Amino acid sequence: MPPPLPGGAVEAGRWLQEEIYGSPVREASIPCHSGVTDLTDRHLHSGGCTGSYARRYAHLVTMPTNAPAAAFADATASDGALRRFLHGLPGIDPVGLEARAASLGTRSIKTSAKVYAIDLAISMIDLTTLEGADTPGKVRALAAKAVHPDPTDRTTPHTAAVCVYPDMVATAKEVLKGSDVKVASVATAFPAGRAALPVKLADVRDAIAAGADEIDMVIDRGAFLAGHYLKVYEEIAAVRAECGEQARLKVIFETGELSTYDNIRRASWLGMMAGADFIKTSTGKVAVNATPANTLVLLEAVRDFRAATGTQVGVKPAGGIRNTKEAIKFLVLVNETVGADWLDNHWFRFGASSLLNDLLMQRQKLATGRYSGPDYVTVD
Amino acid sequence: MAMENKTAAFEYAPAPESRSVVDIAPSYGLFIDGEFTEAADGKVFKTVSPSTEEVLSEVARAGAEDVDRAVKAARKAFEKWSALPGSERAKYLFRIARIIQERSRELAVLETLDNGKPIKETRDADLPLVAAHFFYYAGWADKLDHAGFGANPRPLGVAGQVIPWNFPLLMLAWKIAPALATGNTVVLKPAETTPLSALFFADICRQAGLPKGVVNILTGYGDAGQALVEHPDINKVAFTGSTAVGKAIARSVAGTDKKVTLELGGKGANIVFDDAPIDQAVEGIVTGIFFNQGQVCCAGSRLLVQESIQDELLDSLKRRLSTLRLGDPLDKNTDIGAINSAEQLARITALTETGEAEGAERWSAPCELPSAGYWFAPTLFTNVTQAHTIARDEIFGPVLSVLSFRTPDEAVAKANNSQYGLSAGIWTEKGSRILAVANKLRAGVVWANTFNKFDPTSPFGGYKESGFGREGGRHGLEGYLDV
Repeated sequence: MPPPLPGGAVEAGRWLQEEIYGSPVREASIPCHSGVTDLTDRHLHSGGCTGSYARRYAHLVTMPTNAPAAAFADATASDGALRRFLHGLPGIDPVGLEARAASLGTRSIKTSAKVYAIDLAISMIDLTTLEGADTPGKVRALAAKAVHPDPTDRTTPHTAAVCVYPDMVATAKEVLKGSDVKVASVATAFPAGRAALPVKLADVRDAIAAGADEIDMVIDRGAFLAGHYLKVYEEIAAVRAECGEQARLKVIFETGELSTYDNIRRASWLGMMAGADFIKTSTGKVAVNATPANTLVLLEAVRDFRAATGTQVGVKPAGGIRNTKEAIKFLVLVNETVGADWLDNHWFRFGASSLLNDLLMQRQKLATGRYSGPDYVTVD
Repeated sequence: MAMENKTAAFEYAPAPESRSVVDIAPSYGLFIDGEFTEAADGKVFKTVSPSTEEVLSEVARAGAEDVDRAVKAARKAFEKWSALPGSERAKYLFRIARIIQERSRELAVLETLDNGKPIKETRDADLPLVAAHFFYYAGWADKLDHAGFGANPRPLGVAGQVIPWNFPLLMLAWKIAPALATGNTVVLKPAETTPLSALFFADICRQAGLPKGVVNILTGYGDAGQALVEHPDINKVAFTGSTAVGKAIARSVAGTDKKVTLELGGKGANIVFDDAPIDQAVEGIVTGIFFNQGQVCCAGSRLLVQESIQDELLDSLKRRLSTLRLGDPLDKNTDIGAINSAEQLARITALTETGEAEGAERWSAPCELPSAGYWFAPTLFTNVTQAHTIARDEIFGPVLSVLSFRTPDEAVAKANNSQYGLSAGIWTEKGSRILAVANKLRAGVVWANTFNKFDPTSPFGGYKESGFGREGGRHGLEGYLDV
């Protein structure tokens, strides 16, 4: 349970508003970014090919600090400044972007590369159930599968995490005790995000109190589309503060609702500037979820953000990735856009459920030389 | 976490396309009057795979006598072919297009073997475009009355066509499809380094039941090409290749009534403004100059970048070039294949040495070149000015010259400051700038926020020393009609 708030429920909203938006608190409430390195010349002007955005945004880096939020203090000083910054990012030509994503989709990943990719993909899954009908039984089954995805082959890697609603965190945590599988929880009035900030923060606090290692928050798309970028920024920063040292924060943009690639790039920077540990495409609850093209935009954003600030941020495409072939295409995108530094489950995840069984069937096929079929993997 | 702190890289295992889909005979004859036949003097030459230097086959080497025989066959066939209703000629072209689609995997592998370009390109670009070209002109064959050249426009007669080695089958399609649609018959000479796909096309003509003599293929060297364009009984010369040869052809046909279209060299300017979509511009620059190892007449071989974003763009470009995969052209993951011939490799090498000698700064993507075959690493030159040889001469290889500009006017002036005028690219998010700049560029094709995109419906051709006449689209019909 979250700690009691002063002044009772009615007062809670106002108290939090002041706590978060009040000028002395906002900057101080933004924590150090986990796993962040210091910002030195070495990072900003590292030779070779990585310094492009570093040069462009070097003037923004005003203090020798390890918090990206401070690095962008100028850009986040006002709604106008933030808007100018985000709209100053290079545009995206949709035809060219989609062509690039499609061309990487033609890579042919065979034999040893496929073996590697399948195990890597399994290890990157946030095995997800986000249904109104979720029960403790369902969540326990899913968590058990996350630890031992293939009961017939104990060499199969475990998934990165299970992803559940906050009220199921404790149940998942119980099953996963002693394993390396994390518990991720969607919060902040997932999936629509249409709730007051105090409610969202309470949702986050509740999930963390129950033991969540990772929080998947949704941004306020309404505020974003209305151009209230600072509101979105502050909300993310507030959730980041709530996560503290206990949880890594994934920020879901719901790219299908942001609609344009320019918006997706702006949202990516907004999220990273506000302290996201991961940026994530979708909730899986709308018509268009993760696609190679929108994930490519996120990957370019984390690549450029690291070049500018030295801070590495993870990427999570979610929703709609159902089979091995598609998953491998995403890994190729990662490999050829940001490289080996992101090819591990600390930095890249798949938000998926049915994907795992297809990966397991392909894994069995590679091991035995024949297809087994759906009766040889577990039903969730 | 299991995968944390691991250092293993995602190495792609070899994924070669199977060679077994194509059956290359040890020797081939000339295709004259529907039959394969030896050269009159019995001469032959070998064609090798540029990626391995392996001999693929031995083909007949046409001489003047063979040219005469082929032209006579084409002349004889012309009477009946041109008298066919357009709808009947269309049937043959549609049939050819469908056979090409059915045999596209075989033809893609063949083209990759003989030319050295990656299977990714022959599979995804060359072959689909070849089929599309035949489909497109098949559609025109019975609609020539509505092409804007008046009622019942007449064909010219026999077309002598000489094509280059960079897109062997695609250039064949560009030449043969409009010629046949309009009722002409053809004698075509493929380049000496890439004769095989044209010979397979001859087989497709037989498979399609095309009347004898309508298409004749003469494999051979420049002497055969010269004999063909100088033959007194041809009515049309269509040539794609170097400007030097194009000029020689123009001289040789002067004073005759032969109709001529020439598609020659280029030094395309790819102009990147500071408000460009940077990531897509980088892709466009790569496509512009490294597609087909830069052996493309309309390649974007001059990068004109606004000085304010030059460093940033070059950093991104170099990072991207470092991910290009050079190697076995039959591997489906290969981005950069082999240079077509030892001769072309020598030319590229010589011009890049000139670039260095003249003070330009050379950068090549770090990659290992195979020991056999003809290879050149993707290369770019900075500190290049309009005065450098590498900014003026066509290199026809994977070599990019980077120049900068300050204002749109300067960009246009520098882009147009070339003996050539074949292609150009504009990268900006500002639509009004695209329109304004495109109107001022003296280039046959101007691409906006893309590069090296081809479509049979779009006319293609050059200004200035890049040639004259247009191929493709409705405009492409004109070169084969007596109008």
